[in-house]
Amino acid sequence: MAGEIGHFALLLALMFALVGATVPHIGAARGNAAFMALADRAILAQFAMAAVAFAALTYAFVTSDFSVVNVATNSHTLKPLLYKISGTWGNHEGSLLFWVLNLTLFGALVSWRGRKLPLRFRSRVLAVQSTLILGFLLFIIFTSNPFLRLDPAPFEGNGLNPLLQDPGLAFHPPMLYLGYVGLSVAFSFAVAALIEGEVTPLWARWVRPWALLAWVFLTGGIALGSWWAYYELGWGGWWFWDPVENASFMPWLVAAALLHSAIVVEKRDALKSWTILLAIIAFSLSLLGTFVVRSGVITSVHAFANDPARGIFILAFLAIVVGGSVTLYAWRAPKLAPSGLFGVVSRESALVVNNIFLSTFAAVVLVGTLYPLFVEASGAGQISVGPPFFEYAAAVLMSPLIVALGIGPLLAWKRGNVSRSVQIVFPALIVGFVAAIVLVWRTSGDFVMTAFGLGLAAWLVSSVLLEIANRLRLRKGASIASALRKITRAQWGMSMAHMGLGFILLGITISEAFTTEELTVMAPGDTVDVAGYDFTFEGVAPIVGPNYTAVRGFFTVYEGETILTSLMPEDRVYSNPVMTTTEAAIYPLFSGDLYAVIGEAASSGRWSVRLYFKPMISGLWLGAFMMMVGGVLSLSDRRLRIGLPTGRKARVSGASA
Amino acid sequence: MSRFVPLIVVAALVALFLGMMLSDRNPNEIDSVLIGREAPEFSLASLDDASPALTQADLSTGKPVLVNFFASWCVPCRAEHENLMRLAGDYRVEVIGIAYKNEKDQAIGFLNELGNPFSKTGLDLDGRVGIDWGVSGVPETFLIDGDGIVRYRHWGPIVGDSLETRLLPELEALR
Repeated sequence: MAGEIGHFALLLALMFALVGATVPHIGAARGNAAFMALADRAILAQFAMAAVAFAALTYAFVTSDFSVVNVATNSHTLKPLLYKISGTWGNHEGSLLFWVLNLTLFGALVSWRGRKLPLRFRSRVLAVQSTLILGFLLFIIFTSNPFLRLDPAPFEGNGLNPLLQDPGLAFHPPMLYLGYVGLSVAFSFAVAALIEGEVTPLWARWVRPWALLAWVFLTGGIALGSWWAYYELGWGGWWFWDPVENASFMPWLVAAALLHSAIVVEKRDALKSWTILLAIIAFSLSLLGTFVVRSGVITSVHAFANDPARGIFILAFLAIVVGGSVTLYAWRAPKLAPSGLFGVVSRESALVVNNIFLSTFAAVVLVGTLYPLFVEASGAGQISVGPPFFEYAAAVLMSPLIVALGIGPLLAWKRGNVSRSVQIVFPALIVGFVAAIVLVWRTSGDFVMTAFGLGLAAWLVSSVLLEIANRLRLRKGASIASALRKITRAQWGMSMAHMGLGFILLGITISEAFTTEELTVMAPGDTVDVAGYDFTFEGVAPIVGPNYTAVRGFFTVYEGETILTSLMPEDRVYSNPVMTTTEAAIYPLFSGDLYAVIGEAASSGRWSVRLYFKPMISGLWLGAFMMMVGGVLSLSDRRLRIGLPTGRKARVSGASA
Repeated sequence: MSRFVPLIVVAALVALFLGMMLSDRNPNEIDSVLIGREAPEFSLASLDDASPALTQADLSTGKPVLVNFFASWCVPCRAEHENLMRLAGDYRVEVIGIAYKNEKDQAIGFLNELGNPFSKTGLDLDGRVGIDWGVSGVPETFLIDGDGIVRYRHWGPIVGDSLETRLLPELEALR
C-alpha cells in the first residue's frame, strides 16, 4: 500500500510542480497578483507530496517490504535499523527522491521566510525552483521510479553495499545533497533576478544565507566522506582527487566564492553580474556532481548507478537548466551595471582576490577532472590526471589566498590602508616566518614545502587572533568582556571559519610530512616501534556481527612502559552481498592518530599488518568542524535572522525589457 | 564578449558529454598498452602433460592467434565459452588458452565439462604472465597477428553481439 501512496504522491507533486513552474510567470508578466500568489501554495503542495512519497519509501525500507524492487535490491532484514533508514537514500532512486524532498523543502522555506520579499520577485524565484523540481520529478517517474513493484516478492533482500553500512557514510550523502540542493535556492534567486533584469543589495542579503547554509552542509558532507575514507578504506589516506570527490569540492569552492562576493554586492552594489554567475555556476556544478556519479561517463569508486539512458536524460536536463541560465545571463548581464565603486586597496578588493583564487582553483579542478575525457574524445588515447597535478595547483593557488586572507579582514571597506593593516598583522608574519625557519633548521632543509605550509598555517591562525585583538583594542575603555560581546556573531563566524582553514592546513602539512608507516608481517607477541610508540600484536580472533563475520586483530600500544590503548582493527566479510571491508582501528592522541589495519594471514600464524602514526591529522576534522560552526554562527547573526530592514524598500520594478 | 563565455563553455561541455555517452564505450575499460607491440615473453607448462610448454614462439606461426585468459572459478568465462567453441572451428584463427590463477586439476575439469576450444594451453598459476600482459581480470582475450604482434584486446567476456561486432571485424582486418 505504501508503495502506491508514494507513487501517487509523486504524480500529484508533478502536477503541482507543473502549475508552480508556469502560472506565477504568467502572473508576473501580466501583473496578476492572484496568479503570482499561487507560487507559494504550489510550492507548499509540492513539499507535502514529496514528504509523503519519501515517508512511504522510508516505511517500505524500515518494514523490509521486498515487494518494492528498490527495497529488495538494497535492503536486507538482518541490516541494523540505522542502515535500513539510510538505505532509503543510499541508492540511485532513493537519493533522487531525497533530492526532490530537499528542493521542495528549501522552496517552502523561501516561501515561509520570504514573506517580506516583493510578491513579484518571490513568485519568480519559486517558479524557477518549481522548474527544477519538475525536471527531477520527470527523471524519477520516467527512469528511476523507487516504487516499482516486484511480483512475486522475494523473502529476502540483496542487502546494501557493505561499504555504505557505516555511520559516517549514512550521513555523508544527505549532508552533501543538502549542500547541493541549498545552492538551488541561490540559483533560483539568480535566475529570477536575471528575468527581472535587476540585482539589488537586498538580493545579495537574501542569497547570502542560502549560500552560507549550503556551504556549511557541503563542508560537513565533504568532511564526513573524507573521514570515512580515512578509517574505512584502510590506506591512511583521506583525499584522493577522485572525480566524484572533485565533483563535491568544486561546488564547495564556488559556494565559498559566492558567499564572499555576495558581501560586496550587499555593501557596495558592485560585482553584481559576477555574483549572479557564481550562483549559477555553483548549482550547475552540483548538478554536474550528480551527473558524473550516475551517467557512466567517468569511472570512479562512487559511480553507483551507471546507466546510459539515465545519463542522456540528466544531460538533457543539465543542458536545459545550465544552458538556459547562461543564455539568460549572456542576454541580461549588460543590464547589471554596478553603482558602487571601491578603491584598489579595500576590503572589497580583498574579497575580489578571494574570488579570483577560489574560482580559478575550481576551474583548474574542473579541467583536471574532465581532461582525460577531452583527451579520449580527441582520439589521443587514455590518460589519467593524478594527485600531483591537483596538489600542485592547490599549493600555487591557495598559498597567495591564505596570505591575503591574513590581511583582508583588517582592511577597511571602500578605502583601506595597507600599511596600517600590515602593522597589525606584523607579529603574525613573524610567527609564520619563525615557524617555517624553525622547521627548515630542525630538518636541515629537507622539507621546504612543509616549512612553507607550516609558515602559512601559523600566519593564518595568528593573524586571525590579532584581528580579534584589534577589534577589542578599537573599543578602548570598555571592559574586555563587554568588548567581546560587541563583536557580532557574523564576525566571530568569519574568524572561526578562517581559523578552521588554518587548522586544516596545519593538519595536512604535518601529517603529510611526518607520518610514520610500518608495513610488516607480525606473529602474536611481536612488537614494532612506530614513531616512538610500541605496537604489540596480541593475536586475532574471529568475530560475528549482525550481517558479517570478521577477523579482529588485537594490538596493545605502549608509550615507554605504560599501556596507552588497545587497537582492534577488523577485516570484515559481509554476507549480503559478499564483500570484504577494512575497518581501521584509530586512537586519536593530541599529537596525532595511532592507526592500525589488519591484513591477510601469512604463513605460520603470522599476519600482515599496517601501522601508522599520523601526527596532527585531527587538524583536518577540527578545522572542518570550525568552518561549519563559523558558518552557523554567521547564519545565526541577528542581522540575518530578522531579514531585512523594512525602511530600505526593495526595488524590484516591473521594468523588464 | 565575455558575457558569452559561460554559454560557450557549457555548450562545449554538453557536446563532449553527449559524444562520450553516445560512443559505445565502457568507462571501466582501459586501452591495453600492448596494442601494436610484440607479445611479452613467457613460457608456461601445458595443462596437457604430453604437450610441450607454451611459449611466445607459439604466437608467431604465421596464422592469427587468440590468447584467452580464463579460470574455472570465473563465471563470465563460462558465459563466453560457447563463443570460444565456435571460434575453435574457425579456420582463420588458432585459439590458445591460459589458465589464470587456477589449480591445474580444476582448469582441466572446467575444459572437460564444457569442452576444450584450445589447440594449446598454458598454466599461469601465480598470475605472473597475466601481470606481464596487463590482465586486470578474467576473461580477457588478445588477438595476435601471424607475426606475434598484439592487435586487439577484448576486455571482459565475449558475449552478446561482441563476437560479431568487435572481435570478428578485428580478425577480418588482419587478413
